Amino acid sequence: MTAVEDRPGVPSDDAAAPEIGRARRRKEDARLITGMTTWTDNMVLPGMLHLAVVRSPVAHARITNVDVSAVREAPGVIAVYTGQDLAEEQGSLPCAWPVTPDMVNPGHPSIAVDQVNHVGEAVAVIVARSKAAAQDAVELADIDYEPLPVVLDMEEAVQDGADLVHDHLESNTSYHFVFDAGEMGTGSDTDQAFADADVVVSRRFVQQRLIPAFMEPRSVVVQPQGDNYTMWSATQIPHILRVMAAMVTGIPEHKLRVVAPDVGGGFGGKLQVNPEEILCLLIARRLGKPVKWTETRSESLMTAHHGRDQIQYVDVAADREGNVKGLRVRLLADMGAYLRLITPGVPALGAFMYPGIYKFPAYRFECDGVFTNKVPTDAYRGAGRPEATFAVERIMDELAVELGMDPLELRRKNWINAEEFPFTTVAGLAYDSGDYETATQEALQLLGYDELRAEQQRRRESGDPVQLGIGFSTFTEMCGLAPSRVLGSLSFGAGGWEHAAIRMLPTGKVEVVTGSTPHGQGHETAWSQLVADSLGVPFEDVEVLHGDTAISSRGLDTYGSRSLVVGGSAVVKAADKVIAKARKIAAHLLEASEDDLEFAGGKFSVRGTPGTGLGIQEIALAIFAAHDYPEGIEPSIDAEATFDPENFSFPHGTHLCAMEVDTETGFVKIRKYACVDDVGTIVNPLIVEGQVHGGLAQGIAQALYEEAVYDDDGNLTTGTFVDYLVPAASDLPHFDTGNTVHAAPGNPIGAKGVGEAGCIASTPAVVNAALDAVRHLGVTDIRMPLTPERVWRALHDGGDGGERATARTNAQAVDSTDAPSTSGGAL
Amino acid sequence: MTPITVRVDGAAYTDDVEPRTLLVHYLREQVGKVGTVVGCDTSNCGACTVHLDGEAVKSCTVLAVQADGCEVTTIEGVGQDGLHPVQKAFHEMHGLQCGFCTPGMIMASIDLLEDNPDPSDDEVREGIEGNLCRCTGYQNIVRAVRHAAAEMRGGGGGSRNGHVSPAVVDTAAAPHVAVQA
Repeated sequence: MTAVEDRPGVPSDDAAAPEIGRARRRKEDARLITGMTTWTDNMVLPGMLHLAVVRSPVAHARITNVDVSAVREAPGVIAVYTGQDLAEEQGSLPCAWPVTPDMVNPGHPSIAVDQVNHVGEAVAVIVARSKAAAQDAVELADIDYEPLPVVLDMEEAVQDGADLVHDHLESNTSYHFVFDAGEMGTGSDTDQAFADADVVVSRRFVQQRLIPAFMEPRSVVVQPQGDNYTMWSATQIPHILRVMAAMVTGIPEHKLRVVAPDVGGGFGGKLQVNPEEILCLLIARRLGKPVKWTETRSESLMTAHHGRDQIQYVDVAADREGNVKGLRVRLLADMGAYLRLITPGVPALGAFMYPGIYKFPAYRFECDGVFTNKVPTDAYRGAGRPEATFAVERIMDELAVELGMDPLELRRKNWINAEEFPFTTVAGLAYDSGDYETATQEALQLLGYDELRAEQQRRRESGDPVQLGIGFSTFTEMCGLAPSRVLGSLSFGAGGWEHAAIRMLPTGKVEVVTGSTPHGQGHETAWSQLVADSLGVPFEDVEVLHGDTAISSRGLDTYGSRSLVVGGSAVVKAADKVIAKARKIAAHLLEASEDDLEFAGGKFSVRGTPGTGLGIQEIALAIFAAHDYPEGIEPSIDAEATFDPENFSFPHGTHLCAMEVDTETGFVKIRKYACVDDVGTIVNPLIVEGQVHGGLAQGIAQALYEEAVYDDDGNLTTGTFVDYLVPAASDLPHFDTGNTVHAAPGNPIGAKGVGEAGCIASTPAVVNAALDAVRHLGVTDIRMPLTPERVWRALHDGGDGGERATARTNAQAVDSTDAPSTSGGAL
Repeated sequence: MTPITVRVDGAAYTDDVEPRTLLVHYLREQVGKVGTVVGCDTSNCGACTVHLDGEAVKSCTVLAVQADGCEVTTIEGVGQDGLHPVQKAFHEMHGLQCGFCTPGMIMASIDLLEDNPDPSDDEVREGIEGNLCRCTGYQNIVRAVRHAAAEMRGGGGGSRNGHVSPAVVDTAAAPHVAVQA
């Protein structure tokens, strides 16, 4: 193909250099830094009405009476709708991933009709002339609830006789998903491997519940026009949303246009068909008026889907020399109260990544999806793969301790060597390319590993109250979601292709239409770079259109580090088609044979006659006029392409964290963080670096700061940014990042994906570092997030510091000033 | 309703507002300054930061009536004579991704640089800790603020105290490019 040859991925500001690899400043910034942005909540339409949602204050209850008469009389209120009012037309929110044939899906109403199953569930919707009037009326709704037992703890929920979230179901288990390498023929028998092993290490890890916490709150505007509807939504997935909303509401798909205007972050949190999107459609249809709903931050944290929330039981088997023999993983995955778009699939996505970069001969994975009275979980940056990476990178450290081996030596002994690619893992995935050794060597240098190890030794010997540890995470991930046939084999409800179109305008300017939908990733810039190189047109002459189903006819949107790998490849394929079409016009106009034409620098010329020829932008004008073109072809050089990858891509990298742990206060501080990622060909190093930084911030935040906590009654006690600790600048370190580049063989760009890498890799590096600092003091695990209290308790009380810390959050019973005052003698 | 007169981005507005109206809602819904956004309801995120008589404030913590007689500058007014150096620096240093926090982050950064024209990395991190960003991990925001500081001091950016442009960093961090065929 045309776009990537001879591109080393080195940034350059040389005007003559290829665009791919250049640190282009982003086109998107012009509107974002000046406030000329179109966030959904900025939209105002004539006659627009505003919605506010009355939400359940209880986690599990029957609705016994709904009285909204006072709401109707409130100033500015136009209408109010209860679950009963909308019961016949609301359908069920879709779940696109039935991971097993017998998966139990209780259905998911957009608004509760007779029972609520989590705090924050919608029970009535108020429509008013202003947002303030709608919100004022919320407290006038009088709704009676008959409490039901609240189910929160997964390990209790799966016991026989447990209270049920959905009392018409037999149990709280939605599904039991198994991947057994022995049965699948991709590995040997796991039980036998454990029976024969010299060493078995077993651990229970808790992946706490997280909240994606995109900065732009969700917002929806629906405008009815006759029997046509336009929905603007702060979504990652306008194309998928259109299909799903049509299926849920019965509005024909061709009568529904969905637009994602400027969208302020998603991280998987806007990969959803939200109850409020459906409610806006239903109410706009009823009233024949445009409506808007914009959530508050509290609503967002309480009702937008959460992520993670898994309990992992992990066993690793090895011989005395440190050769791994088997891996066994059993998961409890908290679905929350309902199955949303890919709720059940998140742990299944991780299922194939638990073996990580290691050559396990045997592997078995099983997972129970468990209902609880909490908001549903679903995709959050990494979606299944951070959990898998955490488990394997943590258990490798535990195994190293058990064997008395250096954790890096254990990894090296078992990882796939560079010359072994492509390598089919015990999970059946064909890893495409990589070099773990080189990435690791580079990362060790970036960190200053030897000096820090020496300092660690000095601090241990001197009994320094501040101990130092170094944590490893040598990870890979499956990206570029996804080969459609593979998704089909996993029972996913859609394909994984992506679409692009290129329109050559008469003035030579180029419109690129992509089905991938950015919300901060910089598609407009990176796609311009791809097309500038492919077509040989100036970067500035390319405009990228996206996020509107009326403009971008086909697409599967943005998640799973897929945009460049799949969507970018579709753009490159479309450009190839434009060139092929233009070649025929050029041959005709130049009165030459197509075979004698060469295309370079945006120009067709007859071989051997440099300096002559016809530019592709000139051809665009010629074919617009269409006065002179060959017989038998259409007068257009526009083209479109759909790219369906043959395989996933497998970015990898080595992440190293040096962590200081104050043994007197439990306070942890990242001393240095270094990582070297291989994300394949780098189109724009600025964007790649930015993606890594942002991913690191979120992965580190899981390790150190963030947790969605429910009290014993099922109330979210971290329902504002006061309590849910999204890190600020002062909470994060400087990152030293680098790259190795092994082009992915599976797509024409050679890109592997970068959006999730930092988030997937960093969490175990941070936790391993903290443990490395204090393991000699008897600490073997610390529950995430590593709050000072948990670290202190792990140091002083044993255990992982987690149970009691959670109890404190619930009961507010322990005076935190206790901690330092009693710490002196223990160390 | 209470009448107020506020100068916003150089133009005078006289409006009736409910006494409870927050400045940010007044700016967005009555003045139409939707460049200033709302990111939370507890004054934690700083997305709504504007300048009130030259000082950065979270406009969700100020009542519109408190701005009566005051001068408000929003992201839409800060660069009326072309881009402000801080705006330019956020672009140059890739200090934004989704851009939702960016207006508030830029307004807070301008205020920071007025108090401290030559902040260290740590001083920038502390200075903007009232503004949350979920995309960038802050590193390029710190670079941007320091780059802008150098520009505003007239020294030119990118040359002092390890303060380097991201392009230079990228090159330095990727000397081991090992392309496979």
